[in-house]
Amino acid sequence: MSQNTPASSGTKPIITMRNVEKHYGKFHALRDVNLEVRRGEVIAIIGPSGSGKSTLIRCINRLEAISSGEIAVDGVKVEEGKNLALVRAEVGMVFQQFNLFPHMTVLRNVAIAPIRVRGIAKAEAEARARQLLERVGLADHMDKHPDQLSGGQQQRVAIARALAMEPAVLLFDEPTSALDPEMVGEVLDVMQSLAKTGVTMVVVTHEMGFARRVADRVVFMEDGQIIEQNTPDVLFDTPSTARAKAFLSSIMHGAAG
Amino acid sequence: MDLLTTFFNIDVLLQAAPLLLKGFWLTIQLGAVSLLISLVLGLLLVLVRLYSPAPLRWLAVAYIDVFRAVPLLVLLILVYYALPFVGIRLSSFWAAAAALSAVASAYMAETFRAGIEAVPKGQFEAAQSLGFGWTRMMSDIILPQAMRMVVPPTTGVSIGLIKDTALGSVVAMPDLLKQATQTQAFYANPSPLVGAALLYLILLLPLVRLVSVLEARKKPSR
Ligand SMILES: Nc1ncnc2c1ncn2[C@@H]1O[C@H](COP(=O)(O)OP(=O)(O)O)[C@@H](O)[C@H]1O
Ligand SMILES: [Mg+2]
Repeated sequence: MSQNTPASSGTKPIITMRNVEKHYGKFHALRDVNLEVRRGEVIAIIGPSGSGKSTLIRCINRLEAISSGEIAVDGVKVEEGKNLALVRAEVGMVFQQFNLFPHMTVLRNVAIAPIRVRGIAKAEAEARARQLLERVGLADHMDKHPDQLSGGQQQRVAIARALAMEPAVLLFDEPTSALDPEMVGEVLDVMQSLAKTGVTMVVVTHEMGFARRVADRVVFMEDGQIIEQNTPDVLFDTPSTARAKAFLSSIMHGAAG
Repeated sequence: MDLLTTFFNIDVLLQAAPLLLKGFWLTIQLGAVSLLISLVLGLLLVLVRLYSPAPLRWLAVAYIDVFRAVPLLVLLILVYYALPFVGIRLSSFWAAAAALSAVASAYMAETFRAGIEAVPKGQFEAAQSLGFGWTRMMSDIILPQAMRMVVPPTTGVSIGLIKDTALGSVVAMPDLLKQATQTQAFYANPSPLVGAALLYLILLLPLVRLVSVLEARKKPSR
């Protein structure tokens, strides 16, 4: 744990995005995005499909390269080069499609990055992986392969895998959207307990209940822009922009119908 | 003169056996050496082809295309009879090994490419997001999955390569086929050729069978 406690103070933001623009060819996917995430904060990003939520978080660990602007993680600029692997090791990511390594056991999935990237001894990494798998309720499944697990179990392995690197921040891109409804709860429960233990999280989600319960701040996006951000209560109950109002009422009706 | 004494003449076969087995052993050696070189070279080629900057990438593409287009026999004769003119003189074994692996590596590279391209993008992203550098990502995450998928076609290319070792006899390499034709001439009896054919079958039938089994096994699970 102590090894990635940063020298910098806790008041500095862990993620800073400044004037970030992203183009896919002619398509303008992010427009002047400015966002700061403080250590320990849980941020939910909501907005209609295609509004740039995935693009935003994928720029943070440079799975997508930005067109202009600047992103820094823990004071380190996110750019191509030697620092990129360092940044990525500090930023965990959980994907909608889990993306577990199918040729490895569950235990190996969780232990491999600490061994290969951090250079931690195998025995130590595996002991730590076991603890993490117990924490996400998968103690009995460590020797299985991912395709032997349910979607909800796979996503919990993916969370343990990300945690194994002891990242300073965890990014989630719609972690429950590919799950059968009965498995959504088990994954959200794990995420909620992480949030309680002070893990910094940025979560793209359609689970408004989760966002309201767990997030410290909700960011609403549309057309590649951050339209409005506030505490969940304020944003959900008294949104100040017409666009957020329209989006929230549309999903309420969607959920009812 | 009946069929048996003509094609399965035991006496002739027994007398020819030491030479046939010697040739067989050379064929196995040539096949193994060429296979090893073409696997390594094929992997190198596909990585350059997919991941290196433009000029190098074009070279890899050119190599792969040219060596899949040139007839192996022509290449072999070029290597053995033409290269000495520029001072490169290879033994018949190494001339054959060079020609065989030059061609097989091009096919291996294309086979491997299909495997790498079949690994989902999410696997690359998961590895990168965990901080894997390119080399580690390829060796630990991508290639193990890609190679598993291409075991059957890779075995197929290997079978073709081993068959093609018979062309080595053209450059006077005393491989299985060469020994068979020579002993056939010596004894004026074709039994050694039949013996050679049987030895080729012993070597290759299991591999052919293996490909079928592997391919059959792949279908229901995916
Ligand atoms: N690789 C890409 N190439 C071209 N357009 C893309 C690419 N990725 C995303 N987009 C476009 O960018 C927009 C935002 O996408 P995304 O960030 O995935 O939205 P969200 O996650 O909010 O649904 C969409 O219109 C999408 O079509
Ligand atoms: Mg998305």
